[in-house]
Amino acid sequence: MATIAYQTASCLYEGAANPAVDRLTLEVDDGEFIVLVGPSGSGKSTALRMLAGLEDIDEGNITINGKDMVGVPSKDRDIAMVFQNYALYPSMTVAENMGFALKMRGVPAGERRRQVEQAAELLDLSDFLDRKPAKLSGGQRQRVAMGRAIVREPQVFCMDEPLSNLDAKLRVQTRTQIAALQRRLGTTTVYVTHDQVEAMTMGDRVAVLKDGKLQQFAAPTELYDAPVNAFVAGFIGSPAMNLVPALVTSEGVQLGESTLPLERDRLAALHRQELSSVTVGLRPEQLEVVPAGQGIDVRIDLVEELGSESYVHAHLVDDRGGASTRLVARSHRRAPGRLGETIGLRHGAGSVHVFHPDTGARIDGEEMSARVGTGV
Amino acid sequence: MTDPALSGDTTSATVRDTPVAGSAAQSRSSADETRPRQRARRKHRGAAVIWAVLAWLAALVFFFPVLWMVLTAFKYERAAYTDPPTLWFSPTLEQFQAVLASGVGTTLLNSAFATLVSTTCVLVLGIPAAFALSLRPVKKTKDVLFFFLSTKMLPIVAVIVPLYVIVNRIGLLDNIWTLIILYTGMNLPIAIWMMRSFFLEVPAELLEAASMDGASLWTAVRRVILPLVSPGIAATALICVIFSWNEFFFAVNLTAVRAQTAPVSLVGFITGEGLFWARLSAASTLAALPVVIAGWVAQNKLVRGLSFGAIK
Ligand SMILES: Nc1ncnc2c1ncn2[C@@H]1O[C@H](COP(=O)(O)OP(=O)(O)OP(=O)(O)O)[C@@H](O)[C@H]1O
Ligand SMILES: [Mg+2]
Repeated sequence: MATIAYQTASCLYEGAANPAVDRLTLEVDDGEFIVLVGPSGSGKSTALRMLAGLEDIDEGNITINGKDMVGVPSKDRDIAMVFQNYALYPSMTVAENMGFALKMRGVPAGERRRQVEQAAELLDLSDFLDRKPAKLSGGQRQRVAMGRAIVREPQVFCMDEPLSNLDAKLRVQTRTQIAALQRRLGTTTVYVTHDQVEAMTMGDRVAVLKDGKLQQFAAPTELYDAPVNAFVAGFIGSPAMNLVPALVTSEGVQLGESTLPLERDRLAALHRQELSSVTVGLRPEQLEVVPAGQGIDVRIDLVEELGSESYVHAHLVDDRGGASTRLVARSHRRAPGRLGETIGLRHGAGSVHVFHPDTGARIDGEEMSARVGTGV
Repeated sequence: MTDPALSGDTTSATVRDTPVAGSAAQSRSSADETRPRQRARRKHRGAAVIWAVLAWLAALVFFFPVLWMVLTAFKYERAAYTDPPTLWFSPTLEQFQAVLASGVGTTLLNSAFATLVSTTCVLVLGIPAAFALSLRPVKKTKDVLFFFLSTKMLPIVAVIVPLYVIVNRIGLLDNIWTLIILYTGMNLPIAIWMMRSFFLEVPAELLEAASMDGASLWTAVRRVILPLVSPGIAATALICVIFSWNEFFFAVNLTAVRAQTAPVSLVGFITGEGLFWARLSAASTLAALPVVIAGWVAQNKLVRGLSFGAIK
């Protein structure tokens, strides 16, 4: 049971120009499951390893239960870590692997065996206790790695992409198991992934990182509904949000021939900032395919059929910007259109996101709560 | 045995199927299908037999001098000179008795002592060095590694005179400890390079995992890393043993009577009055025996040490 706080914690690798983790500030409540997500090289692993004591904290500090962790060796932090490649001890059996930490702590053999068996039962590993890791399947190895962590009953779980070596189906299955297990144990968990679906489904709160800097730390639904900038907007959600340049008019923003109306206070904010063009974010799932002329007119480039739904890739028919603006829409219909056909896309429920064209920062009206979606 | 045969089957069976592909191929009875399979297996066996014969021939060619030496060691001196050499002779232990009586026993003990102590020193110094240079690299790691290698670049002949003078001055001529120091120095760079390559195969996460599990560095190395690299260490140790056991140049120049090693004493059997083949063979057989035994004992580990990639 622990609370964690990163306080402007930075890590600069030797010889690197920029810090891998740049003044990260993050507070994790007791028992919370938080996910660090971001593209490759964004510093997720580094941030996690700083907490685990495997990487130096060059600036700022990290506290666990209010205790400063700078200079505390990892073996004294009472943190269990699940590595991406599991890092099981090859020369030990599954039982020895899981019991190693207890042995280090001086727990007597009988008690150790009991705890290991209990954890093995929980993870469906009872039949494999006497095997070496080399003779296990990938999924079983993953469970042993989890088992090694939970047997210890540590203050904190750290997990660095623990599912990335599993196949897609097993990943989904294990994802729910890990989340359920964590809820049951109530152990504060920091989980790293580059997969935004994992982030959204598992985390109580999700921290989005980019270039070592924290972009947003919020509940999954809030990340989805109100991304603080264009990066988060594009990162969260699949297929990715359409981020397209648009002109600011007196009623809203203009895309091609059609105008998406905005609420008055948001327009006021745009005018106050003297912006003539902005970046508009439209979620593919909020774009509805309608006959041409009834929405934003686009020409279909490609239709991806996924069975339950289809993705329509298209570009604006009348593009004032010159460069053709691409849009993706998600349709629940089969074959919503043919290649080269002109269709309309209507922005349905949910809000239009507006971002600053240069900084990418979200632009809101005075009243955040007044973001009600409006049809075209 | 069966696996390659099976996979051989399927490929050749498929190839044979192609001309008759179509509905006919599908409706063929299972009895028909076995025929090309058997043929393929027979062909496969034929190749295996040829390879086996070739391998045995090669092995015999290489093994023959050794066999000749061992056989000759059991002959009387006059039987050793027959031309062509005979395989049928009345064996005797006379040569071995003569060799042992001439004091080879002491030189064998000297060799054993120098070999074991120097190999132990190499391992004691080399394992931590290899560990540090692989799993805990620092800025100058490359330079240090190159320095180790560079110590092997100067031919020993070039240093033997200064070395002799130094050893003479400090009064360590004909002293077994001189050889121990030199053998340790001679093998250490090779051992470090070799063991480093084994340590490099160990994922760094294992140490991290152990430290998260509450193990001190020492415990982590002893419990997690050493079991993994022990085959590699065994292989390295064996090579050090062979090198020091066979070493001749230092020994012949820096020892005389007290510290003489086995290889040097062997030369003593090649005398001005003529060659004593049988006796020389007996002495050589005795000298070769420990290395053969060491290799045989280590062979299991050696194979694992050389096919190391299976850790991850
Ligand atoms: N040992 C190291 N030495 C120097 N630079 C490093 C080291 N490890 C990581 N970096 C750099 O630090 C940055 C962050 O790396 P990190 O491993 O934390 O990324 P990540 O978000 O975990 O990415 P991924 O999703 O690919 O695992 C990267 O730019 C990387 O090149
Ligand atoms: Mg990573």
